[in-house]
Amino acid sequence: MGESLPLWPARASSMAAQTDALVLFLVAVTGFFTLVIFILIFSFAMKYRKEKHPVAADILGSNVLEVTWSIIPFGIFMMMFVWGAIVYMQEVRPPANAMEIFVVGKQWMWKFQHQEGQREINQLHVPLGRDVMLTMISQDVIHDVFIPAFRVKRDVLPGRYTTLWFRAIKPGRYHLFCSQYCGTMHSGMIGEVVVMEPAAYQAWLAGGNAEGSLASTGQKLFQQLGCATCHRFDTQGRGPNLVGVYGKPVLLDDGRTVTADDNYIRESVLTPGAKVVAGFKPIMPSFNGTVNEEQLLSLVAYVKSISQPEQRQPASNRPAVPAPAPATPKGR
Amino acid sequence: MSSTVTTAAVERTNYLNVDYSLKSWLLTTDHKRIAILYMLSITAMFFIGGAAATLIRLELLTPAGDLMSSDTYNKMFSIHGIVMVFFFLIPSIPATLGNFLVPMMIGAKDLAFPKINLASWYMYITGAGLMLYVIATGGVDTGWTFYPPFSSTYSNTHVIAAIIAIFIAGFSSIFTGFNFIVTIHRMRAPGMTWNRLPLFIWGHYATSVIMVLGTPVVAIALSLIALERAFHLGIFDPRMGGDPVLFQHLFWFYSHPAVYIMILPSMAVVSEVVSTFSRKRVFGYYAVALASVMIAVIGFLVWAHHMFVAGISPYAALVFSLLSYFVAVPSAIKVFNWTATMFKGSITLSTPMLYSMGFIGLFTMGGMTGLFVASLGVDVHVHDTYFIIAHFHYIMVGGAVMGYLSGIHFWWPKMTGRMYPEVWGKIAAGTIFLGFNLTFFPQFVLGYLGMPRRYHAYPEEFQVLNVMSTAGASILAVGYVLPLIYLMWSLRYGKVAEDNPYRATGLEWRTPSPPPTENFAETPIVTWDAYDYSSLPEEVPVAR
Amino acid sequence: MHDSAHVVEQPGLRHHFADMEQQRASATLGMWVFLVTEIMFFGGLFLAYLVYRSAHFGAFAIGSEHMDFWLGTINTVILLCSSLLVALSVHAVQVGKTKLCAVLLLIAALCGVGFLGVKGVEYYGHYQEGAVPGPYWHLDLPQGTDVQNVQMFFYIYFVMTGLHAIHVTIGIGLLAVIAWFAWKGRYSPAYHNPVHVSGLYWHFVDVVWIFLYPLLYLISAKKA
Repeated sequence: MGESLPLWPARASSMAAQTDALVLFLVAVTGFFTLVIFILIFSFAMKYRKEKHPVAADILGSNVLEVTWSIIPFGIFMMMFVWGAIVYMQEVRPPANAMEIFVVGKQWMWKFQHQEGQREINQLHVPLGRDVMLTMISQDVIHDVFIPAFRVKRDVLPGRYTTLWFRAIKPGRYHLFCSQYCGTMHSGMIGEVVVMEPAAYQAWLAGGNAEGSLASTGQKLFQQLGCATCHRFDTQGRGPNLVGVYGKPVLLDDGRTVTADDNYIRESVLTPGAKVVAGFKPIMPSFNGTVNEEQLLSLVAYVKSISQPEQRQPASNRPAVPAPAPATPKGR
Repeated sequence: MSSTVTTAAVERTNYLNVDYSLKSWLLTTDHKRIAILYMLSITAMFFIGGAAATLIRLELLTPAGDLMSSDTYNKMFSIHGIVMVFFFLIPSIPATLGNFLVPMMIGAKDLAFPKINLASWYMYITGAGLMLYVIATGGVDTGWTFYPPFSSTYSNTHVIAAIIAIFIAGFSSIFTGFNFIVTIHRMRAPGMTWNRLPLFIWGHYATSVIMVLGTPVVAIALSLIALERAFHLGIFDPRMGGDPVLFQHLFWFYSHPAVYIMILPSMAVVSEVVSTFSRKRVFGYYAVALASVMIAVIGFLVWAHHMFVAGISPYAALVFSLLSYFVAVPSAIKVFNWTATMFKGSITLSTPMLYSMGFIGLFTMGGMTGLFVASLGVDVHVHDTYFIIAHFHYIMVGGAVMGYLSGIHFWWPKMTGRMYPEVWGKIAAGTIFLGFNLTFFPQFVLGYLGMPRRYHAYPEEFQVLNVMSTAGASILAVGYVLPLIYLMWSLRYGKVAEDNPYRATGLEWRTPSPPPTENFAETPIVTWDAYDYSSLPEEVPVAR
Repeated sequence: MHDSAHVVEQPGLRHHFADMEQQRASATLGMWVFLVTEIMFFGGLFLAYLVYRSAHFGAFAIGSEHMDFWLGTINTVILLCSSLLVALSVHAVQVGKTKLCAVLLLIAALCGVGFLGVKGVEYYGHYQEGAVPGPYWHLDLPQGTDVQNVQMFFYIYFVMTGLHAIHVTIGIGLLAVIAWFAWKGRYSPAYHNPVHVSGLYWHFVDVVWIFLYPLLYLISAKKA
């Protein structure tokens, strides 16, 4: 069996065992009740055959039974719901301080971008034992990142970032599938996740890229596209000072408050008129068509990098936000 | 003996022999003839959808995509889904058995709107014809789910034509639905109160409510895709400020209740068949009737369980998962009630009964796996894999199609005046049951292993399970061809049927087989409950 | 109840109904159920409108300010009057004034035609102004406006009012046919359900407009 007839996927992430435990519980419970129904039907068909039981009983029903076999299954279903919800809430919320890797999907390949600058196509190296968060976006249609061995999956949408997180617990190479139908080579949009021991991973990182970190790429772009002209690091800019903005609430000119997350930054570059910061004129030009998704990710990485706590926070020209901000999961 | 009875039967006028001209068929307003017209067209579409499935399973024998190009494969699963869902499953029982039996079971002469009934068939034919044209001229490759931006912007196939075909067929569905609702409300015979209605009627009533409320929403969702494609505008296109996930909400708002359109009529058949062949009332009549209505209502509240990983808020996901568990309860109630109906019954294992028992077993398995996918923690892993495919085929094929076959066999004597060969019926039922399980059970394993759906080529380690599945499909195909052959054979050579060969209690069985055009010579007056076997008239020698 | 020996002919009774009451009740229920399907059909569009408006209120307000308030209001008045005429026509036939019923229905249908005419003028105005999304878009908007979502507003506007206009057209045809039958004396106080049922359809078309009008014409960014 083994290789030629696998019956169960590898358990290579911290979520795998939990997911499998839930599934085995479901198999046991549903298997048991299915067997009961099968046995009852089969035995009734035999025991009450016309030849052996010529006169059928005249039974209307039983309210007691109806209530019983409504309430007991309902109770079991609620257990299933709660257990599933618990597993899910863990799976859907990336831990704080997860290391972030950007993913751009396009027909029909995956582009992975490490913060340190390494780029990969269809192959993703990750370190063993670290929380990894994938921030993903599509350049065209809806795709989906699915890593069966990790038991994780999330659609990759055009126009909006989605996130997925995992912690690999077993070194090896694991399939990564696109699992949202996306056209001709949907089944060819396959990748591989390579889980390495931490030391090997550091070596791999160091061995690559002369370009520098993603944030530094973003910084260069920030200068090149002229963003720095208005978004100065003092109070004199015609645009809001972006130091310290990432993850914080922002007051808009129509009174709404939004959180400056990845999607907000991306939207502000592409359609600045959609959300104008209070106190500023809507003069920012749109960069729609000028920057591609990877460049946008580098800008997001840059803005994040100038909001790290260790940065000095210079005087800001952004308006004070009146109400406390709602907590938002990182990068949603 | 048979020749005398045959002659006598032929001499009696019934809805089939009253007029043999083509015009009398194509311009009929008789609900029974319209049911037969539907049955012929739906059978044709079933085999077309089945041909696509055959090609899919052949391709999947090997891991490489070597039988056809990727584009062709993508068209195959799209055509399979569109034809099977919109042109077979949705109309199947309501348009054939429903059209034939709803008026008869309530003691009426016809449906409330006979001309609209005929119009609904013509709409179906137009939609189906357009779909066949789409298939013949290059097909469509968006999947039956038409997700944008692929369907609105990137696909290069006949998307708009396919959408128009589905839109027109949708009108057929809406017309059937509101015809049934009005008929059941207004045209019941004297004494046929709501709590004396056969459960077949309750099931079709609930189905009709879903058809009427849900179909227009998918119509508008697909229309917006067509408009977006035609005019390059952006309601779902993020490059123009639109949201592709909005389509998914609109689409699934119909398409989830649609699966209840597909299963409730089958359940309705099973209630009739299990009762008749146990010679016993359905256990818990009110519970089963209420369960049908609850499935219809709660079924409208669960659509986003198809979107758990689509980028919706986790809190929304929690709500939809909870509601999905609610909708499981009435289905479970029905399975328990059918099983209890058999308890202390007097059981005949006829062909329709075998199909219905098969339904109960396979629907239970499919429904149990529904509990898996309603669970958020599991669905994240199995969504869009072969696990989902196995789950819905257990319900749609193991459930709905077996229910359809059960009903076709059960009412065949009534509709045609002939009996099918019982031995072949049993052989076919067994073949289908066996072939079905071999086809789809391995797919649960494949899905959990991680094989995604809609995959033309796959990693080698999935091959053995795929080969098992294809082997099963070849057996299943034989199982489906058998009834086609022997049912057609029976029209000419089958034993002539009595009025009530199974001694069933419905009003439809108190008419000749086949019935006269006006159904009842005199309007019946009902004074008995739905499954009251003591209400059957004494055996009367057949004198015609 | 009814059997084949029943001889007294009731005008308009179809053979499968037991009596006129059953036929009348069936036809009326049938129209109500059909109208429910129409509500669900428009409902999808209203949902799309709600989703985009709540996400992009400012752009929607700008779009709404570019609508012609007076033409929209005139259309609302036209449809409300036509609904009144239809209601009066049902009353007219109930008291036996069938010719009056026919005339009232005809005028209501003409109101519908007027509605379509005004809509045509409006659409042309949008086209001239450059407010038709797509290749002919050239609407003048201040710099920094969220043009994409103003386009979204107009896209939804054209789809919703276009679908509504299709239903108005169907309604005009329906009223005209019923008016013709009424003129020819087909209806009477004893049998006039087709007038009633067609009236229901027309009222529905009117009600949809009553929802469309404020959502499309009356949004303003100005706070009270």
